[in-house]
Amino acid sequence: MKDRLSAFYWLHETQFAQISSNLITSQRRKAIDIFETEGFPTVRNEDWKYTSLKKLIAPNYVLPSPFASFDEEEQVEYKDIKKFLVNDIDCYQVVFINGRYSSWLSQTTHSKYDICTLGSAWKKYPKIVEENFNKLTKDDGPLVQLNTALAWEGLYVNVPKNIVVEKPIQVLYFTTGSTPVFNQTRSLVILAEGSSAEIIERHHSLTNHETWTNAVDEIQIGSNSSIHWVKLQHDSPQASLTQHSKINQEKDSKAIVHTISTGGKFIRNNLDFSLSGPGAEAHMFGLTLGNDRQLVDHHTRVDHIAPNCSSHETYKGIYDDYSKGVFNGKIYVHTDAQKTAAYQQNNNLILSEKASIDTKPQLEIYADDVKCSHGCTVGQLDEDALFYLRARGIRLKEAKALLMLAFANDAISDIQHPSLRVKLSQLIGRKLGVDMSTVL
Amino acid sequence: MLEIVNLHASIDDNVILNGINLKVNLGEVHAIMGPNGSGKSTLSNVIAGHDGYDIISGDILFDGESVLDFPPEKRAHLGLFLSFQYPIEIPGVTVSNFIKTALNEIRNARGEEPLAASPMLKMMRDKMKVLEMDKGFLSRSLNEGFSGGEKKRNEIFQMAMLEPKIAILDETDSGLDIDALRIVANGVNSLRSKENTFIIITHYQRLLDYIIPDFVHVLFNGRIVKSGGKELALELEKRGYDWIKKEQE
Repeated sequence: MKDRLSAFYWLHETQFAQISSNLITSQRRKAIDIFETEGFPTVRNEDWKYTSLKKLIAPNYVLPSPFASFDEEEQVEYKDIKKFLVNDIDCYQVVFINGRYSSWLSQTTHSKYDICTLGSAWKKYPKIVEENFNKLTKDDGPLVQLNTALAWEGLYVNVPKNIVVEKPIQVLYFTTGSTPVFNQTRSLVILAEGSSAEIIERHHSLTNHETWTNAVDEIQIGSNSSIHWVKLQHDSPQASLTQHSKINQEKDSKAIVHTISTGGKFIRNNLDFSLSGPGAEAHMFGLTLGNDRQLVDHHTRVDHIAPNCSSHETYKGIYDDYSKGVFNGKIYVHTDAQKTAAYQQNNNLILSEKASIDTKPQLEIYADDVKCSHGCTVGQLDEDALFYLRARGIRLKEAKALLMLAFANDAISDIQHPSLRVKLSQLIGRKLGVDMSTVL
Repeated sequence: MLEIVNLHASIDDNVILNGINLKVNLGEVHAIMGPNGSGKSTLSNVIAGHDGYDIISGDILFDGESVLDFPPEKRAHLGLFLSFQYPIEIPGVTVSNFIKTALNEIRNARGEEPLAASPMLKMMRDKMKVLEMDKGFLSRSLNEGFSGGEKKRNEIFQMAMLEPKIAILDETDSGLDIDALRIVANGVNSLRSKENTFIIITHYQRLLDYIIPDFVHVLFNGRIVKSGGKELALELEKRGYDWIKKEQE
């Protein structure tokens, strides 16, 4: 697999050079070199101790590229994807099919701000892309390097100073076809000073074949700006996702990221914040519902670089059947980051004997005037709470689902759109085998 | 309506109930009093079907039918309600949605159609008025951040909505100030009818100043050792439980 990927790069290098500037090409080459040297991470690597990529890299994936001709099988119509859209909120919409931008399913804009695709930004805004691309990711691990080398499409957002993006940006990555597919998606989001945007992101496979999306996001948040980003990871049972999201925050900026992982086969999230301007505030919420043989691995890292920043992290997980969870939350308080406030919480429910969670907080603190706390719990549903609900006439299965929703509530209550919250609750209900429409 | 026959029950091999006999008919209000540790809460939990207890022997009958094998929800469907001493907090589920869910689960089990939204809301508003509850209550998360009094009032509100045939009030008076006590008692009194029955479990007599019982039973060491009319409660208030303990020794 590793050799095929690097061969793919070298075979197409001249073509890659045509879609982006020379600077980017040299970065691609550096990245493929690192990938070739390091290869896929193994469980001997501390960051991958609990999560083996062995099975994920086994299938004989097809690698979609801008250089291959458009395949009939990739044809997707509105009716095929309608149910994956958040329809009742007016949104910008950026849709990709096997990494290729689908203009007829999308609604982009260049009027007050740019909401479009990286594929077009390479050409249209080479300077801005050069200034920002690979800035946050150049020292990352081999999966990120692989993406840097091979990525050609993804979301591009650039919001100028003091502008608010009026409606949410819905970005959808679909995978389809009659073979296993391995996609690299790459997004670049730049919010200038005093601006704000909201992104709802979803990856979904439309095929029964194995799919793997290796996504990388770089997000630059200027001073006094804010972003709210909701990641819906509710993919089909054959779909896998590895995603590295890197967020840099300047002075007094605010970021809220919700990661809702309720579907898919294998999910690995790396969510990293650099709080580089004083007063920056990062909020992370995670909700994981695992069943069957799902694996969901959350690695988060917050670098408190500047003073007076705060980070708040709440991750909840419910694991059933043979599912497996990993939570690794790292908080790194640098020497100058005095008056840091960092809070981390990871709570888990284990519903079956074969399900498991490995949870590990990691705090490294090099400043002396900081407030940090962390806590993790692993438990079962509270029997007394179940009795209370059942004594009100609520059947066991419904009672369990209600308690799980209550447990999960913290992780979704800050999502702004009531309709999205309701949709999520219903989705969670369906996952738990219960009709939640009457409850919420 | 409810009959408890020579009931013995234990938890973790500790026998708590030691041969309880009690018969409750429709239209009656029974008070069960007793010192701490006499088995009052165990009795209410066992009647409601908590599965943390082992039933050693004896029976619990609703309308002549044994319910020992029924899970708690089925007992609720038959018309049993337990007002909890310590109601559970359920963040993210509003009071109104919780009651709607419970009520429609019960209706569904009885083969009735779910109650539509507007009659449901009207019913809620009517009942809330009796309990002097604020409308904003409905949209709060169930019991989350409620004061002790609000929790108890919420229990009685649920009872009013679910219209049980047998309602057990477990230490409903604990943690209530005198005003809340009066409101809760008014709520209960407004629900009293020939079609239902109440079992009031309490340590103190003061709730019984407001809800006048037909019968008072004294529970001690897992058995009902004395039964009488409402004057028994007054006697207990005056003399405490020591004389009962002495009588038993």
